[in-house]
Amino acid sequence: MGKTLFDKVWDSHVVDQLEDGPDILYIDKHLIHEVTSPQAFSALNDKDIPVFRPQQIVATVDHNVPTLNQHLPIKDDLSRNQVAKLRKNCDEHNIELYGLGHPYQGIVHVIGPELGITQPGMTMVCGDSHTSTHGAFGSIAFGIGTSQVAQVFASQCLLVSKPKSMRITVDGKLKNGVHPKDVILYIIAQLGTDSGTGYFVEYAGNVFENMSMEGRMTICNMSIEMGARGGMIAPDQTTYDYIEGREFAPSQAEWQQKCKYWKSLPSDPDASFDKEYSFDAAEISPMITYGTNPGMGIGIQEQIPSSQNESFQKSLAYMGFNQGDTLNNLPINYVFIGSCTNSRIEDFRVASAYIKGKKKAKNVNALIVPGSQQVAKQIQDEGLGDIFEEAGFMIRQPGCSACLAMNDDKIPAGEYCVSTSNRNFEGRQGPGARTILASPLTAVAAAIEGKIVDITQL
Amino acid sequence: MEKFTRLEQTAIPLEIENVDTDQIIPARFLKATDREGFGENLFRDWRYDENDNPISNFVLNNPSFSGSILVAGNNFGCGSSREHAAWALADFGFKVVISSFFADIFKGNALNNGLLPIQVSDSQLQTIFEAIRENPNCEFIVDLVSQFIKVPSIDLHIDFEINSYKKTCLINGYDDIDYLINNKQKIEEFERKRNA
Repeated sequence: MGKTLFDKVWDSHVVDQLEDGPDILYIDKHLIHEVTSPQAFSALNDKDIPVFRPQQIVATVDHNVPTLNQHLPIKDDLSRNQVAKLRKNCDEHNIELYGLGHPYQGIVHVIGPELGITQPGMTMVCGDSHTSTHGAFGSIAFGIGTSQVAQVFASQCLLVSKPKSMRITVDGKLKNGVHPKDVILYIIAQLGTDSGTGYFVEYAGNVFENMSMEGRMTICNMSIEMGARGGMIAPDQTTYDYIEGREFAPSQAEWQQKCKYWKSLPSDPDASFDKEYSFDAAEISPMITYGTNPGMGIGIQEQIPSSQNESFQKSLAYMGFNQGDTLNNLPINYVFIGSCTNSRIEDFRVASAYIKGKKKAKNVNALIVPGSQQVAKQIQDEGLGDIFEEAGFMIRQPGCSACLAMNDDKIPAGEYCVSTSNRNFEGRQGPGARTILASPLTAVAAAIEGKIVDITQL
Repeated sequence: MEKFTRLEQTAIPLEIENVDTDQIIPARFLKATDREGFGENLFRDWRYDENDNPISNFVLNNPSFSGSILVAGNNFGCGSSREHAAWALADFGFKVVISSFFADIFKGNALNNGLLPIQVSDSQLQTIFEAIRENPNCEFIVDLVSQFIKVPSIDLHIDFEINSYKKTCLINGYDDIDYLINNKQKIEEFERKRNA
C-alpha cells in the first residue's frame, strides 16, 4: 500500500521504536522564543547537560515584546527579564538569536518560512502550538511543551507516538471575497474544536493547490484549533518558487538534489488515511466567530445556532450574544490585523488594496502589526504604509501583540475586536475582551465601516 | 519528576467543556522564568474579579469542594502548548485530572509533570459529576499500577488506559530526557547514516 506525505516524512525521521511505546523522532529544526524556553534551559543547566545540536536551533523574541519603541529598554520588568534571559541562554549555548533590532526578528512562524529555514520533508518543533504553520511546506511541524523543548535541546529528538492520519479535501471554486482564513474557519466550524485530536491532517484538493504559500500557512496554522497536532500540504512548484533564493534555502547542486527529494514526498495515489472529509469550495462564505472557541464560527449572514449545552450558553453570555442573532452590522470598536495566522505581506496587500482611498470609521481603533521586520520593511517599500496611515490605521513593530496580549496591546473588557488572529478564547486579547475571528479582508472592511459587514455584499 | 502510584482523595468538579489553556493560566502570567508559583494564578479570571476578589460561584472558591483530583468537562486543555498550564495545576495541588477527552499537547505536558490525565467515557464522566454533586466528600481511589478509578460510595469502578512507557515513567518518576540521553549513540548513528 502507498504511503502518505505524513508517513514518508515521519518514517524517515524515526531513530528507534520502543515496544508498545513512543518513537524516538529526530528533529531537523528547533525554533525557540522567550516565553517557553527559559525553564528548558534551566532543566539542562540543573542536570549539567549541554545543548546537543545548537546549529539546528533558531531563536527569536516575539510573544512578549512591545510593538512601540523597540529600540528602547522594555519597560515591563518581567518581560525585559525574559527577553534578557533568552539572550543570555543563547549566548551560553551558542544558539543563533534574532533579537530585537535584528533585521530577521519577528514572529517565529513568520520568520522560519521567510528566511528559507522551513523546507519540505523536515521535522520541526517549537514550544508553541502554532508551529503547525510550517506544515504548509510539506514538513512535519508541531508544538511542544517546555519539558520537550529541553528534550530536543539535550538530544535533538523527542519521544512521541505517531498520530493517526486525516485528509481534508476542498475542491471547487471559492467565491470572490473568500480567503484562506475563511476556508479554515469553515472547516473548523464544520468539524469542531476537538475533531482533529490525535491526528495529523493533510489538506488536499484544488483549493489548496491553487493557494499561495501565505494562504497555505494560514490554513496549516489553525490545524491546532481543531485539536490536530499539525497540518500539511504537499510541496509543489508554488512551494519551490517561494523557497528559492531565500537566505537559508539550499543553492545550486544542493537545490537540485533537494527538489528531487521534495518531489517524492506527496502522498501516493493509493495511500489511505484513517479519516477523510471533503468539502465543496462553493459552500464557503466569509466567516466570523461568535463564541469562545474557534469552532464556533458562522458565515457572516448566518444566525448563531441554538444549543442547550451549558458551556455553549456560557460562551454566548461572555460574548454578549443570543442564539439566533446575526452578527452582520454589529458595531465594533477594535480591529487587529496581525499574528502568526495573518501578518504576512500578502495579508497586508489584501488589506491595503481594499482601504486605498478610504478612511477608517472614527470610533474604530485599527492596529496593524507586521509579522516580522522583513514584512514591516516590505510594507514600507511597497508603499502600503502610506495607505494604512492615510486611512487612520496604526502600524506597529513586529511581534505577537494583541493576539495574546502579553505586552501592552490589549483590548479593553467588554469590547468587540475583529481580529485576524487564531483564538477567540475568553480573555485572550485582555481580560474581558471579546474576540471575533475573521479574514484580513473582513477585518479591514469592519474597520472602514465601523461594523461587521459581508464583503461579498458590498 | 515526582512518583505516582496510588491516591485516595476527594475531587473538585469543573463542569465546563473545552477548557482552554488560556483559562487554566492566562498569557499575562507566562512571564516567569522558573516553574514555581503558577498555582496562585490557576484559572485566574474565573477565580477572581477585576478587583482581585474571589468570584464566589467558581468551584475552586466553593468551600464544599476540595481534593487533589480535578474532574473537568470534555476536551480539557485545548489551545496553546504552554506547559505552564500543567505546572499551575500541579502547583495548586492537583495530582489527577479526569475528563472525557484531553487535548494532545496538554496531555503530554501533564504526563511530563507527574500529573495523571485519566480519560473516561462521557457517561462515566456524568456519573462522576453526579456523585460529587450528591456528596462533595465522596472518596476516589486512583490506582495507576492496576489502572483503575474507584468511587466506593456509589460502587463505581472504571478501568483506564495509559501508554505502558508513560506508566513506567510515572511510577518510577523517570523523565523522557534521561531516556533520550541514554540513546545518544543511536541518535548519532542515525545522523551519520542520513548524512552519508
